[in-house]
Amino acid sequence: MSDQATHLIKVVNRDQSFKCAEDQVLLIAMERFNANAINVGCRGGGCGVCKIRILHGDYECKQMSKAHISEAEQQQGFVLACRVFPRTDLEIESDHHQAVESSYKKAGARKAAS
Amino acid sequence: MKKGVMRPGHIQIRVLDVEEALKHYRDLLGLIEVERDSQGRAYLKGWTEVDKFSVVLREADEPGMDFVGYKVLDNQTLEKLQGELIEYGCNVEEIPAGELNGCGRRVRFDSPTGHMFEIYAEKEQTGKWGLSNVNPEAWPRGLTGMKATRFDHCLLYGPNIVGTLDLFQKVLGFDLAEQVIDPEGNKAAVFLTASMKAHDVAFIECPEPGKFHHASFYLDTWEAVLRAADLISMEDVSLDIGPTRHGLTHGQTIYFFDPSGNRSEVFCGGDYHYPDHEPVTWKAEDLGKAIFYHDRVLNERFLTVLT
Repeated sequence: MSDQATHLIKVVNRDQSFKCAEDQVLLIAMERFNANAINVGCRGGGCGVCKIRILHGDYECKQMSKAHISEAEQQQGFVLACRVFPRTDLEIESDHHQAVESSYKKAGARKAAS
Repeated sequence: MKKGVMRPGHIQIRVLDVEEALKHYRDLLGLIEVERDSQGRAYLKGWTEVDKFSVVLREADEPGMDFVGYKVLDNQTLEKLQGELIEYGCNVEEIPAGELNGCGRRVRFDSPTGHMFEIYAEKEQTGKWGLSNVNPEAWPRGLTGMKATRFDHCLLYGPNIVGTLDLFQKVLGFDLAEQVIDPEGNKAAVFLTASMKAHDVAFIECPEPGKFHHASFYLDTWEAVLRAADLISMEDVSLDIGPTRHGLTHGQTIYFFDPSGNRSEVFCGGDYHYPDHEPVTWKAEDLGKAIFYHDRVLNERFLTVLT
């Protein structure tokens, strides 16, 4: 095992938590933990599906799509969970992505509802 | 082909980091790296493609697709279609020869779904990579990764796909090969072809304009798709779904993401289309089977994760 420090990530709005090593991004750690606290998209900083807000704690962040995280938002702690490495324990809030709905999807949902 | 559009010619994809992206497009997909230009853009191609390049990677702070280009028969066709695009009401811009290394004059135009397209007649032909045009061997040695043979098509999301369908049919001479129709009779997805392929481009209705779903690359066999899946696991690449088969087009496929979150597909097989064929229709109520023929269940990520 690596001697990388591991941090506790609390997802306050989902009342869940998981552990994440310093060399791991939050989203992958969550998936490995089999948790379902953050929605998973492309895992590459491009689609915005895993947008979260970090409420408390220190972290480092790789580049993310400006279409989903503006500089102003980044100042306020908004990040994409697939690009964030924890440096301390973190408290985060997930579900900050506004999904675009295709009519393709709506048609499928109608069937499921009927 | 009836209006002189031959085939998909190139796609320019925005990536957060070109070096990271090359590990995906060159080392994993197995595209051939051709060159870099003065803007730092990387040019690649599949080994069977005769033109100099088909994929251009541009570093930007927002992933997605800049434009897709289609090659037309000759300059006379290019000029004629340029006039027709203007007459149709598109915003048309002329890109001078050489703006992309080795590519002739391009005519760029917008579309109701918010995507930018181009047509052009000339691009430097360097031939199939590693093979002679005379007595060619079956394949070249030295290919890497998935050994993708060519850039095949892309799937784009945006509003008013019926508008873009009309533009592609009336001005560019594409045929509607397959479609998804919702219970009210609206088109939810359209698959268009300029050739015998089941799709040269596809569109899915979505309120947000100009979105990119995936760029697709052709493999020869199902065995090669399974081998691609092995490589995705070996390299710990972000997987979307597959290997599986589509109902739409019946291609055998796997989807995964580049390091900036743009989706890639490698696939084999699929239906063919002649100009006298009626469009194939899938009902939106059976969307699960239309998209994932084996699971017959929709995957949320496939429908909503876009760049």
